[in-house]
Amino acid sequence: MADQGSVSVRSSSGLAKSVDREEAAMEVKNLELFYGEDRALKGIDMAIPKGKITAFIGPSGCGKSTLLRCLNRMNDLIDSVKITGEVLLDGVNIYDRSVDVPELRRRVGMVFQKPNPFPKSIYENVAYGLRLQGVKDRRTLDEVVERSLTRAALWDEVKDRLNENAFGLSGGQQQRLVIARAVAIDPEVLLLDEPASALDPLATLKIEELMLELKERYTIAIVTHNMQQAARVSDYTAFMYLGDLIEYTDTETLFTTPAKKRTEDYITGRYG
Amino acid sequence: MDKSIFSQHISRQFNEELEAIVNRVMSMGGLVEQQLNDAIEALVKGDQELAETVLTRDYAINAMEVELDEACTTILARRQPTASDLRLVMAVVKTITDLERIGDEAERVGRTALHLLKKDREISPIEEIGALGEHVGKMVQSGLNAFTRMDAEAAARTAQMDINADSRYELIIRELLSAMQEHPKKIPRLMDVIWATRSLERIGDRARNICEYVIYFVKGKDVRHTSFQTMAEEATGDRR
Repeated sequence: MADQGSVSVRSSSGLAKSVDREEAAMEVKNLELFYGEDRALKGIDMAIPKGKITAFIGPSGCGKSTLLRCLNRMNDLIDSVKITGEVLLDGVNIYDRSVDVPELRRRVGMVFQKPNPFPKSIYENVAYGLRLQGVKDRRTLDEVVERSLTRAALWDEVKDRLNENAFGLSGGQQQRLVIARAVAIDPEVLLLDEPASALDPLATLKIEELMLELKERYTIAIVTHNMQQAARVSDYTAFMYLGDLIEYTDTETLFTTPAKKRTEDYITGRYG
Repeated sequence: MDKSIFSQHISRQFNEELEAIVNRVMSMGGLVEQQLNDAIEALVKGDQELAETVLTRDYAINAMEVELDEACTTILARRQPTASDLRLVMAVVKTITDLERIGDEAERVGRTALHLLKKDREISPIEEIGALGEHVGKMVQSGLNAFTRMDAEAAARTAQMDINADSRYELIIRELLSAMQEHPKKIPRLMDVIWATRSLERIGDRARNICEYVIYFVKGKDVRHTSFQTMAEEATGDRR
């Protein structure tokens, strides 16, 4: 899996971290996506490095969420969408006919902008995925629920009220619950689509802290409108504009010495 | 890179803040240049009144440094600048530290001027010292000009002027040492002249630092502790 296609990456000193040298968890190859006639993604080539946080930034409509959703085939649900190119997970194209989509989504989990817990207890929210898989053993369920809530940094706050309805939690807690639910089925990649944009600053920091802990075990890709958030938590940052991947490099380089003028204009808040 | 970088932010206030700190660096630089020129003139001509003026004016430079420091801290806290904006603020923070130190060195030269007698000047290579002063003064001026014009190549050329400053310095020190051998009783006074010469040489080094910050700001390349050749290459190379 270490072998990757050529990705346009630049590093400031030549010694800096380079995406090219990372082991890839997923690879995107010449990916194109059309909404009807609209070409929303234009020949995207990139590797999502394993065990790292990769952030996607760019103005609204640049295709960053669309690209993220391609990574676990969330766009399948939209009728007018046509996709060409490849997305490789362990060397297998996830758009291949033989791919089992629910299994793909187990391996590549997703968390959305608005926390979306199920109208069930905290416990059942986390156990949900396992129950779907047919796990009935109470002890196994208990173990996974505790471990997942601990990994999502929520256990201490909810351990005494696991049977209460999840809607009673605050927005930040609900988002961490959703992350616990995603983690419970032991994914390899976590896709986060603006996971903190509906949260207050402190809850946001908790989610960011959590991401840094989670990357020890999972590969994380995050779409964010908050550039400072990308600058704070990510290892690599991809800047997208009108469906193109403009610049993709280590976060430090992108935020201090971007190579492309478009990137610079966007991150410094200039008229593009 | 051109000055239009101050007019393109969506936030007009941010444009103004960035332009304001650059303008204030230039006024601070202007004051520092004047201090340096006056200190050198006072030393060469033995103008004690002018030397006094230099000593009383140093506080103004210090005050400007403090104000600018605060303005930069505010921008960092409120705007979280990135890319060239971030590099600009960092370059300003560093430049004003060096400018303030240049001010201190000028003050030291002024202090020597105040105590130096006609006889002391006559046995010192005072013209050469004056010329060294003028040379490093030009370095400060061109360095600051390169900053306002965001001209990395000019900055690299100015930094190279430090080679000449260093060799002038060594010649002067050699002459002062032989003067000491000739007039052993004058050693304490001549030591003061050595310190003043040393101050001028340090000003050249600090002007060179400022040039390095300009290259960092404009090109995004850190050229500290590199050769003049590398510096020139980075300054002329296209970053984009």
